[in-house]
Amino acid sequence: MRILIIEDDAATAAYIKKGLAEAGHVADIAARGDDGLHMAREAGYHALIVDRMLPKLDGLALIAALRAADVKTPALILSALGEVGERIKGLRAGGDDYLPKPFAFSELLARIEALTRRSTASAETQTRLTVGDLEMNLLTREVSRAGRPVNLQPREFRLLEYLMRHSNQVVTRTMLLENVWDYHFDPQTNVIDVHISRLRGKIDKHFDAPLLNTVRGAGYMLRENKV
Amino acid sequence: MTAQVDATIDNEIDLLAARYERGGVEGMAQLIAARVRRQQSQATGEWIYLLTTAAFRPLVGNLNQWPRNATADAGRIEFDLLVDEQGVERHLARARVFALPGRYRLLVGKDVKQLTEAKRRIVQALTWGSAFMLVLAFAGGLAVSRRAVRKIEALNQTTRRIMSGDLSRRVPLTTANDDFDQVAENLNRMLDRIQLLMEDIRRVSDNIAHDLRTPLARLRQRLEEARLHADGDSNADAGGYLESAIREADSLLSTFNALLRIARIEAGQTQTGFAVVDVSALARDVAEFYEALAEEKQQRLEATVEPGIALQGERDLIFQALANVIDNALKYAPAGSVIRVSLLRLRADAVISVADHGPGIPTESRELVFRRFYRLDQSRSSAGNGLGLSLVQAVVELHGGRIELADNHPGLKVVIKLPMGGDG
Repeated sequence: MRILIIEDDAATAAYIKKGLAEAGHVADIAARGDDGLHMAREAGYHALIVDRMLPKLDGLALIAALRAADVKTPALILSALGEVGERIKGLRAGGDDYLPKPFAFSELLARIEALTRRSTASAETQTRLTVGDLEMNLLTREVSRAGRPVNLQPREFRLLEYLMRHSNQVVTRTMLLENVWDYHFDPQTNVIDVHISRLRGKIDKHFDAPLLNTVRGAGYMLRENKV
Repeated sequence: MTAQVDATIDNEIDLLAARYERGGVEGMAQLIAARVRRQQSQATGEWIYLLTTAAFRPLVGNLNQWPRNATADAGRIEFDLLVDEQGVERHLARARVFALPGRYRLLVGKDVKQLTEAKRRIVQALTWGSAFMLVLAFAGGLAVSRRAVRKIEALNQTTRRIMSGDLSRRVPLTTANDDFDQVAENLNRMLDRIQLLMEDIRRVSDNIAHDLRTPLARLRQRLEEARLHADGDSNADAGGYLESAIREADSLLSTFNALLRIARIEAGQTQTGFAVVDVSALARDVAEFYEALAEEKQQRLEATVEPGIALQGERDLIFQALANVIDNALKYAPAGSVIRVSLLRLRADAVISVADHGPGIPTESRELVFRRFYRLDQSRSSAGNGLGLSLVQAVVELHGGRIELADNHPGLKVVIKLPMGGDG
């Protein structure tokens, strides 16, 4: 993927670029808002990483300008301002995701990849999700693996649905909290892990190959383990 | 005063003029004579009348001759009046003279001695009175200000000593209960609060330094070990230490973030993000979220949620607060026990309660547990940064609510009351 990093702090920008390169993506850096705006409009990028506090042009204003110019590239906003109000402002300005600093790179990577996946697949037309022999029917709300029905509670269903929509991608705990439970908070204990292990008990335990993997230091991934 | 006399004289002249118009000089002369007679019979009176010919020959009146200094034909004059035979007692008179048609001259005036006498007496009284009042005022003012200055100086002295470091001092109060005592009382209260805050800061700084030094030291250790292993052989080992170091760093960051968040909430910075929050749905969500953990720990989480309870607030903060409380309950309650979560409406409040059968919190610690980094002795070793309840209190206060800790016989019951408000 081609990603544009609009960030005035050279160290952070270099760090992100390096991490993205190691994950197989190509990244360009713009240190100023006006440069970033220009580059985002001209060269077609798959995703943008925009710092909120930029010299010459505020990150939110930049995104708003892009959206006004009909540039639909998904944008992730990086900001030292982490409060909910700021997050909402960022999303309203046309941003697609919001990550407060300091951030774990794995979180950034997971979210960027999720963003691009979101924009390519059109969720409305799908009625079924499939990962390996795991099948989910979005209309009947039925789940089965290897033909055997799996009984899930509503929240477990939502959790599995999110994981399936992001199959083969890293899904962080924060992403799950935000998207499956729709709250931004910091759990003292890792309750998410418990939910995941409950889900595992239902979809992986009595079957041959585990689909729900733990990605150390990052989160989880639903993926068919091909030998 | 002179103006008044002149006005009176003019009035009298008007009367005489009216008579003159009706009865001519004869009529006027008769009136003058009548006036003079009346004054004489009353033995009092200050009026002076004199009607003369053009050559100053007196015709009628009570003045024996035209005043020598009255040279003009018309105008106002003042002259000396001799009132006794010997010519000793002199009064001052004020009069108006004018020439009448037919070449008569008329003088109408008043003996102003009494007036001047009165004037002199009034001035004298005023002067003495003023002098007396001035002295009194001066003496009184001096006394009052001396007292005031003394009290202010006492205040100053105390505050100077306090500023130079002795925070335990307080301003002395007298029994007078006057304004100064009010000021002193308020100052003392302020000092109490400042002392408390400073103690808080000191304690928090100490605790922060203490609580964060250990993880930082651990962090450093891990990194050192990673460096050791990275230099030499197995990268895998180094990786493990680095993992651990990153986890430690994350935990530190999370603590700092929590501190910042609490500080921001306490400073009221987040109140701008208030919107309508469906607390019923929120409570069900939290319970459902933690139900998985309860199951794993072989506890039971029971939630009784009254539907339709909503209020103005910040959704994520309320969720965080409730999550912290339930998290604590699950952490400390024994296996096999029940944790009861309930939400109901009580008059104008939304009341959330979380009751467990864990060890509870002793009465003497119930105020203390809300302080930053406070850990009860028995929970010092368990996971957590000691900020959970501080954040809960900050959130509850931001929403204008109250939090109480009670005995659950056995265990702990946490009760949070949030006003539902009709003000919006």
